[in-house]
Amino acid sequence: MNNILVLQNLCCGYPKFQLSDINFNIPRSSFAGIIGPNGSGKTTLFRAITGTLGLKSGKILLSDKNLRSFSLRERAQNIAIVSQFIEAGDISVEDYVLMGRIPYHSRFNFFETDEDFEIAHKYMEMTDTWRFKDQLMSELSGGEQQLAGIARALTQQPQLLLLDEPTSHLDITHQVHILNVLQQLNQEMGLSVLMVIHDLNLASEYCDRLILVNKGKIHTQGPPEDVLTFQNIEDVYQTVIVTQNNPLSGKPAVFLASGKVINDLQMKRNETLSD
Amino acid sequence: MNFNYENEKYNQIIRNKRSGMIEMQKKYLQWSLYLVGLVVLLVASVILSLSVGEMNLGFMDILSILRKGHESMEYTILCQIRFPRVLLGIAVGGALSLSGILLQGVYRNPLVEPYTLGISGGASLGVAFVIVFGLHQLVGSFMLPLAGFAGSFLIIFLVYTISTRNGRVNIQTMLLTGVMVSFIASSAMMLLMATTSSENLHGIIFWIMGSLDEPDMMLIYITLILAFVSLVVSYFFVQPLNALRLGEEKAKHLGINTDTVIKLLFLLASLLAGVSVAVAGVIGFVGLIIPHLMRLLVGSDYRILLISSFLSGSIFLVLSDVIARTIISPNELPIGVITGIAGGVVFLLMMSRSSIRSLNKSR
Repeated sequence: MNNILVLQNLCCGYPKFQLSDINFNIPRSSFAGIIGPNGSGKTTLFRAITGTLGLKSGKILLSDKNLRSFSLRERAQNIAIVSQFIEAGDISVEDYVLMGRIPYHSRFNFFETDEDFEIAHKYMEMTDTWRFKDQLMSELSGGEQQLAGIARALTQQPQLLLLDEPTSHLDITHQVHILNVLQQLNQEMGLSVLMVIHDLNLASEYCDRLILVNKGKIHTQGPPEDVLTFQNIEDVYQTVIVTQNNPLSGKPAVFLASGKVINDLQMKRNETLSD
Repeated sequence: MNFNYENEKYNQIIRNKRSGMIEMQKKYLQWSLYLVGLVVLLVASVILSLSVGEMNLGFMDILSILRKGHESMEYTILCQIRFPRVLLGIAVGGALSLSGILLQGVYRNPLVEPYTLGISGGASLGVAFVIVFGLHQLVGSFMLPLAGFAGSFLIIFLVYTISTRNGRVNIQTMLLTGVMVSFIASSAMMLLMATTSSENLHGIIFWIMGSLDEPDMMLIYITLILAFVSLVVSYFFVQPLNALRLGEEKAKHLGINTDTVIKLLFLLASLLAGVSVAVAGVIGFVGLIIPHLMRLLVGSDYRILLISSFLSGSIFLVLSDVIARTIISPNELPIGVITGIAGGVVFLLMMSRSSIRSLNKSR
């Protein structure tokens, strides 16, 4: 029961793209991140875990039970998913968050109970979305929509929260705000979080476990210090980088350099070599 | 410090809880007001429809005629001419509008209506076929509705099979298939019409234009019962429909078995539209504009949207029938003309008003 999620020899994908030999486990109450270049299979892996994509072989265990034995409803009670784009249109924020209670409603449950409201309001408060509960989802900014998405997901009271690039297309204020909210939930409630994330520095700063995916396979996994080494990153991303520890947190940080700087460096090195 | 924060948070939650209850009651209160309003409107339009015609009757007259009973001519007009029309108007208006809102919910596309998917094309083709080959004289008055129904279901079956792969329906394919199949059906009907006698031609056109004039009381009752039962059944799908507002994949993430739900709702909507077309002919536009208007009025929550669409569809058709009967009295206009013109104009007005409102808001 120490692992919330275990993937064993997972193999899945599309005719033109396959994930294979995926093995990892995510301990309960951890904050894990899936990283990797575009087209590496991050989203495919994510879709396999959410159940949108069927598996070719291998299995996924949620709290030691095969995910296949879960009904859609049971799945929704245990795993909540926040997509990259929320697109909820002309639904008020409060109604949207209340939709997180659907997995708990019977077919004939037409009206929300007091408990539904209580739960929804609690998580709207925690995610700071209570302020605009009467606004329409389409009227919110991207960051606010993402927060409402998290509130809706928490209202499902899941064991595991999955997020698909929650911070892409947001400014640093909102990036940090959203990740702080997730961190707080992880620390205070012991919620297990797994997110796909592009930004290596944010991944390093917030996650306690990283899974680096490349070409449909897991390249490296482990704590950020082990995964975000310059060898790993240059190998996977084919880009020259420098890593150094963040002076505040001590976590590895990734620095890029422009092509000109790299060229100048190389010329300098050649000059010293020829001398 | 930490403790205070927790405490404040807790107080906030309790406060929210209380205001939440009030909010909730406010929402449900608003919904019941909409319902009462629509029911009152429906009753009013029924009374209007009963009293207006070649012979105008006041509300009091209607009551006294009904009390006096069977003998009078007024009684015959009321009970055998006007009342069946009103009943059929309620049934067909409600059914078409409900069918429209269900399809729009499934397809997440506001332009879908029962007829976009080829249902009317199939029904018309069925009827044209029967008239051209003279089959309706063999079997009697039941034959035309039956042919319409068979035609529409044949088309639905075709659309459904073409767009199903590996047990999953592809919604986008289905939409395109529906449009294409209805083109083919209407062309085939043109072919039949071009090659037949002018007498048959008149029969076909008359049927296509639609009318609430249905002599067979049995058919009217069947349609009415079917419409109401479907309304009740549709309420079993309220949560899936609400979840589908977020899209198919996200509804699935909320535990909704979208594949099954979409199939069943599609069948229900087709049944409603098929029966309506079979009994009353092609009455366009109700399934498109009424759901739209209701969305603007009551919002996008299907718990209120389904019933209010049904009721306002009934109101709209009963009133349209009044106009169709009276505007060039003693002759009668095809009701489809009225629904098309009146509905379109009202819709454009609403749209321009709401777009002005949203412009102001964004400023």
